[in-house]
Amino acid sequence: MDFLTALINGLSSGGTYAIIALGYTMVYGIAKMLNFAHGDIIMIGGCVMYSVLSAKGNPLLAILAAVVFCVVLGVTIEKLAYKPLRGAASLAVLITAISMSYLLQSVAQIYLKSGTPALSALRLEGSVNIGSFRIDYSTILTLAVTIVVMVALSLFVKYSKTGRAMVAVSEDRDAALLMGINTNFIITITFAIGSALAAIAGYLMLCKAPILTNTLGSMPGIKAFAAAVIGGIGSIPGAMLGGILLGVVESISYSIPVLAPFTEAVEFSILIIILLVRPSGILGKMRREKV
Amino acid sequence: MAEVKKIYADDGREIVLKADHLCIQFGGLKAVDDVNLEIAQGELYGLIGPNGAGKTTVFNLLTGVYKPTSGRFFLCGEDLTGKSPIEMNKKGIARTFQNIRLFNNLTVIENVMVGLSNQIPCSMFESIFRLPRHKKSEREYYERSLELLKVFALDEYKDYKAANLPYGKQRKLEIARAMATNPKLLLLDEPAAGMNPNETQELMDVITFIREKFNITILLIEHDMRLVGGICEKLSVLNFGTELAKGETSKVLNDPEVIKAYIGE
Amino acid sequence: MSRNGIGAKKIQWKYYINYIVIFAVAAFYTVLSLTGNIKQSETSLLEKIAIAIILASSLGMVVGFLGELSLGHAGFMCIGAFLGGKVSAILAESLGNGILTLVISVIIGGVAAALFGMIIGLPALRLRGDYLAIVTLAFGEIVRTVIMNLPEGLFGGTLGLKTPRFNNKHLFIIAFILVLVCIAVIQNLLRSRHGRAITSIRDNEIAARATGIDVTKYKLLVFTISAFFAGVAGVLYSYTQSNVQSTNFDYNYSIEILVMVVLGGIGSINGSIIAATLVTFLNVKLQTILTGDLAVLQNLFYALILILIVIYNNAPGLKGFREKYNFKSIFGKIFKRKSVAEAPNASGGAAPENNQGEEN
Repeated sequence: MDFLTALINGLSSGGTYAIIALGYTMVYGIAKMLNFAHGDIIMIGGCVMYSVLSAKGNPLLAILAAVVFCVVLGVTIEKLAYKPLRGAASLAVLITAISMSYLLQSVAQIYLKSGTPALSALRLEGSVNIGSFRIDYSTILTLAVTIVVMVALSLFVKYSKTGRAMVAVSEDRDAALLMGINTNFIITITFAIGSALAAIAGYLMLCKAPILTNTLGSMPGIKAFAAAVIGGIGSIPGAMLGGILLGVVESISYSIPVLAPFTEAVEFSILIIILLVRPSGILGKMRREKV
Repeated sequence: MAEVKKIYADDGREIVLKADHLCIQFGGLKAVDDVNLEIAQGELYGLIGPNGAGKTTVFNLLTGVYKPTSGRFFLCGEDLTGKSPIEMNKKGIARTFQNIRLFNNLTVIENVMVGLSNQIPCSMFESIFRLPRHKKSEREYYERSLELLKVFALDEYKDYKAANLPYGKQRKLEIARAMATNPKLLLLDEPAAGMNPNETQELMDVITFIREKFNITILLIEHDMRLVGGICEKLSVLNFGTELAKGETSKVLNDPEVIKAYIGE
Repeated sequence: MSRNGIGAKKIQWKYYINYIVIFAVAAFYTVLSLTGNIKQSETSLLEKIAIAIILASSLGMVVGFLGELSLGHAGFMCIGAFLGGKVSAILAESLGNGILTLVISVIIGGVAAALFGMIIGLPALRLRGDYLAIVTLAFGEIVRTVIMNLPEGLFGGTLGLKTPRFNNKHLFIIAFILVLVCIAVIQNLLRSRHGRAITSIRDNEIAARATGIDVTKYKLLVFTISAFFAGVAGVLYSYTQSNVQSTNFDYNYSIEILVMVVLGGIGSINGSIIAATLVTFLNVKLQTILTGDLAVLQNLFYALILILIVIYNNAPGLKGFREKYNFKSIFGKIFKRKSVAEAPNASGGAAPENNQGEEN
């Protein structure tokens, strides 16, 4: 029973990782860059929810505002900081993204006045009890949202014109450009979707543990990034798989007393091992440089 | 240790490169199918064929970038099949690339000095502690590189960043760097690509000159028929990964099969 | 790196300027210290600067010359700090808390970190770029979590490791000697055939292989040496503290070191030295000036500066702007990283009169 609980909790936190990882992986696939600041978009979403809640007190409005704000923010960051560096060395882009992450954290710290407010209005309490077996509502909600997001995104990529253009751009940006696809627009859309997902993930995190700090998104961001890499960065099913896998491993590791304190080490070791066996992740495509 | 059996041609010259039934398959595609080569010491051998015929793949096989699915090849009688690019170079096969691959942020002379790395020994320890051999070897690197640059008329650009050289000179620098590794066999992948007629002529002179001076064997891929006809003694023609014809240059170039493959019917 | 001094008759004094400056600074403060004219806050600042220089220049070798991004430098430092700290704590009881103990623990801490550097170099052989970045980051986090959660008897667990703080105000002198050793090793290595080989791997790995460069060996080597010095810095750090906490060595610290490397200019060891000094100095000074809510401004400021610098240095669209307004044209020839003038055109223009040509 303990194992089953751990598994379900793992699926739930894995779902959150997967939603964040989707943002990483889509941006990587399309813009070929690692958006290190993605995790901090989650946190900014949290700040927006906080400010709307303090002003209006309506959780639904707060979530909506967070999604809209994060989309605008994600797109703006791309335009201001990443777009000028398109075509530059990947190291330069990565360092800019890392700095952007710091920038967002400092701004949030100023906004929060270094405090850690509790957003208890977002908290989802209660649980379903089946005998001694208990599942929190928040867990069920997370699982449901994860499934909806995954299905919706898969359908979008497969059947919509924009979605197919995204696939084309990720395969070969130059060829896509020659085919008349507006790659700049596609990159903007990608950042917008990724940021919206980040805001949603932010809510899913806060509904379980409603404490807002300026580093709320850091560790989940890093782990989701690891999940995206495990699944094969650039691959949408890969991000889902990697996220779920990491969540389950995390949760099971927590439930084993000997391993519990080493959970983070276990997760990151899995990342390293998988990359050593498959250098481009589980579902990632091997790309060999042509000689 | 693989045993080395020297092979000699009818005229008594040593066979530097012998390739036996080289094949490589990518998935279902036979990129190179049963290619045989026999190149004697000092020969200038051309490998020609339409785009996608598998010429560069042959180079990649001979330099260890790919491992052949079947078949073997020998350098001066030594079986090198399946060795890594680094070993291939150490054994004496050097190459240039179709899309130039220089060390762009190093200077021209440093590019050649990198090529000399395995020729003049100096351990890490000696370099870190600046022992006498470090200084001696560095001077030797510099002087030998300069000499080599002079052969290619690049010495006056020695302190330029490689990336800042004009295109034609970049191609020459790549050859110079390959020569610095002291190869027995030099593989040139479309050395004249993108050059104007003057530059091509100049390149032909340099290639024949280094062949004389260093007594080296050269295998080159080329599209420019003028270059091929002008300097190669023998040719192999590839088409769809298989050998279409081979032999003396003049004969091969007049072979109706070859003309058909190139120009169509 | 791009200049070659061999063959030149004159002594390239520019090669040694960093040693001279560091030596002069260290000597100056040594005299102050011996005559008792130094404040504790000053020696502590000097120690911090020395540690930062060692960290930045060793990371600079990986990022700038091998061209691989490592986000796990703090992890190596962590190994050095805990292992070296532990060794010094043990040795202090029998050998006394003197130079001998320090030397032994520095060596052990450095070697242990180097071993891990070699291990983390292995994935570097298969992975590139962003993938390697996440693996090194993961490695640093693994090291930190494991050390923190081992039984308290080993490394002090969550309470941190108690080290016999080297209560000697002359520690900064030893720190600066280590800085000189570190810079000498890194520079001598980079200014040799091995350094050219390392740079050639960065520029074009396929060509490097085809030129007979043993890529495996050099990648492992660079990671090992770089980790060694991070470990040494860690041991030094443990000497400046009475209690070493593994939480200090999270990936943010690795990024802070990376910031110094980037600010100093990727591919310039002297730049790393200057940036490490300035950033550390500013950090300490700003901490006393910006208190309370203002303290946040410091990070904001760094982040903004970093973004602007990276965009200025790398944006393809700013090439013209960069050539017009660069450091060199503004400050003349104070800084010496040579760049080459536009090459003459293909028809073989006249030999450049001054082959040390400056960029516009």
